[in-house]
Amino acid sequence: MKQDDQFSQSVFTTKIDEFVNWARKNSLWPLPFGTACCAIEYMSVLGSHYDVSRFGAEVVRFSPRQSDLLIVAGTVTDKMGPILKRIYEQMPEPKWVIAMGACAASGGFYRAYHVMQGIDEIIPVDVYIPGCPPTPEAVIDAIIKLQGAIQRGDSEKQRALKFTQLESEDQKEMERELVAG
Amino acid sequence: MNSSQAEGTATLEQSAGQAPEPGTHSATILDHLRTAFPNEIVETNEFRGDLTVTVRRGRIREICRELKEHPGLKFDLMLDVCGVDYPQRAERFDVVYHLYSLEHNHRLRLKTRVSEEDPHVDSVVPVWKAANWFEREAFDMLGVRFNDHPNLRRILTHEEFVGHPLRKDYDHERRHRLTMAYDLAQVTGPEAELEEDAERDHADKVGAEPMVINIGPSHPATHGTLRLEAKVDGEVIVDSDIEIGYLHRCFEKMSETHHYQQVIPYTDRLNYCSPFLNGVGYAMAVEKLLGVEVPRRAQLIRVILGEFSRIMDHLVCIGTNIVDIGAITNFWYAFRPREDMYALFEACCGSRLTVSYVRIGGLLMDAPADFVEQCDHLLKILDESVHDLDRLNTRNMIFRSRTIGVGEISAQDAIDYGFTGPCLRASGVAYDVRKYHPYHGYDEFDFDIPVGSRGDTYDRYLVRMEEIRQSTRIIRQALKALEPGPWQIDDRRITLPLKEKVYSDIEDLMNHFKLIMHGIRPPAGEVYGYTEGGNGELGFYVVSDGSGYPYRIKVRPPCFAIFQAFPDMIKGGLIADAIAALGSINIVAGELDR
Repeated sequence: MKQDDQFSQSVFTTKIDEFVNWARKNSLWPLPFGTACCAIEYMSVLGSHYDVSRFGAEVVRFSPRQSDLLIVAGTVTDKMGPILKRIYEQMPEPKWVIAMGACAASGGFYRAYHVMQGIDEIIPVDVYIPGCPPTPEAVIDAIIKLQGAIQRGDSEKQRALKFTQLESEDQKEMERELVAG
Repeated sequence: MNSSQAEGTATLEQSAGQAPEPGTHSATILDHLRTAFPNEIVETNEFRGDLTVTVRRGRIREICRELKEHPGLKFDLMLDVCGVDYPQRAERFDVVYHLYSLEHNHRLRLKTRVSEEDPHVDSVVPVWKAANWFEREAFDMLGVRFNDHPNLRRILTHEEFVGHPLRKDYDHERRHRLTMAYDLAQVTGPEAELEEDAERDHADKVGAEPMVINIGPSHPATHGTLRLEAKVDGEVIVDSDIEIGYLHRCFEKMSETHHYQQVIPYTDRLNYCSPFLNGVGYAMAVEKLLGVEVPRRAQLIRVILGEFSRIMDHLVCIGTNIVDIGAITNFWYAFRPREDMYALFEACCGSRLTVSYVRIGGLLMDAPADFVEQCDHLLKILDESVHDLDRLNTRNMIFRSRTIGVGEISAQDAIDYGFTGPCLRASGVAYDVRKYHPYHGYDEFDFDIPVGSRGDTYDRYLVRMEEIRQSTRIIRQALKALEPGPWQIDDRRITLPLKEKVYSDIEDLMNHFKLIMHGIRPPAGEVYGYTEGGNGELGFYVVSDGSGYPYRIKVRPPCFAIFQAFPDMIKGGLIADAIAALGSINIVAGELDR
């Protein structure tokens, strides 16, 4: 009986998935794909006042190969689209995407000839942050929400679903091209 | 003046900045033109102090050369080229040139007309290098073709774009998707041949082909959306080409679909490092069109918050420049005081970054009761921060060796490329709109214009640091002069009535309704309004047809002119130097691509 008590104080049991998710959610390495005004606010999130390192997500990496969280901060234009898509594809699994601000989420108030009406036209998104630009608190909130989803394993299922949909669309397009070409 | 000068290596001079008298009157400019080109002038017009001369397109280059070189005219600074579409007219497009003379301090708007069937006009790139990108933009947006242009291809929209979006018959929602990212070599026109020649010459000399490397648009040092393709021989840049437009958000087209007052939120997102200054520039241009001036209190609040915005802009520029060079700690020192400035803006209008606090005819609302105390507190914080930054960087050996002599540009070249603002002043030209054309009472304040001597990255840093100090001087004087009073003009055709009155008075309710539904209706006409933005002269060319919507708004973004000189600035330098130079010219994509 006494031995059991000791056991419970030094060892805990969990599932391996949960343990890995716990590690992942607390050490997100974001790639800030900052294109516009939101990038300036994202710098405030990183800054000493809001200090996102309290949530383990301050190690920004500009190489997609080294990061697992893509934060799209700012307007994405049609000219930028293929580049964003390539960056997303270059990131290793598992990976998550936050669309920061109205432009990344929906095109914002730029309903115009050169602006993508939300990045989910080309890549799957896990968390959308409203605001133009969102306050740093909202960005931190999004990171916490994403952490919750990672821990529950929700985001992975959702993202896998979206990704297969997008992939199949891509495949269909490629097949069409093959037939046409 | 500062510690760096005491050391004798950095020579930052202080110019009292006495602007030349606005010398030549428009009659003299006109006389010169009439004598030199008697048969070319179609129409002349003066509206709100802006002189417009419309000429035939045939000899436009000769006319421009005369305007630039005649000692009595000396239009050496080419500010802007743009097109305006009038679909009902036989000669459908106006090509508009905005010119300025540093020596005589006078301005001119030169226009010529081309038809849709034959939209050709001679390029003025041989006269002013600055015209290069501006003409490309006019081609991209309206389809005007410039004869003998060195590289007339699209600049803001992407490679698979069809049509010219600023034509009146182009629907603002019509998109063309881009399927892939292109290499610059694929899209470069006549320049590609030049590059091939250079490559062959080079290959002959060293027996090896130089390598082409791509930097950006997603690269930490390009701040998101700039793209540079450099041809390098080892680490040395032999040649380079730039692609922009990755943040082209269609500001000018969007502004044509909104009321004048509704354009203000869009202006905040032009230079998003100093959003408030753009709003002031835009509101002043429309106020010029309306022929009104805002009350003293509104002017002073605009000056105070405008100077704080300028400080914010300079702090971001210095901070990101330093972080690109590799000093992240120094970056946090530059970024820290911004939070306190955000707090001030939040107290005034409820928003941190994109403030939308300016209104045509004044401000959104009065500043809070403790505005002066908040500003005083902020000034104290700023003084400390600037002192810290100065001690961290100015005499820092690494910083100095990375920046002195890097990315130099001479005063002559800078003027030719259309530089304004801190970058021009770093090259030794003391042009500042606040001194040369004082607005909002800048002539009452005592402040100096810092000028550099070499025009290198280090000089640009020193100029920005000194401008921060000068801005705090201006703010202190403006705070002393600030007195209670009206903060918007009392004209119900321009400004909204107070909200309390809207709920209690039928007349104010009606005025409110009218203004919201129909907007401000300025008289038909066109003006060019200009202010000193964070990066230089920020101009708004506003054309009104008398309706509630702007007919055309063309922004003259200062960094557009600056960035086109970049390949020249980095030629022969190392790749690492290009990164250092890029940070120091403060290219803000929102303003560059609009």
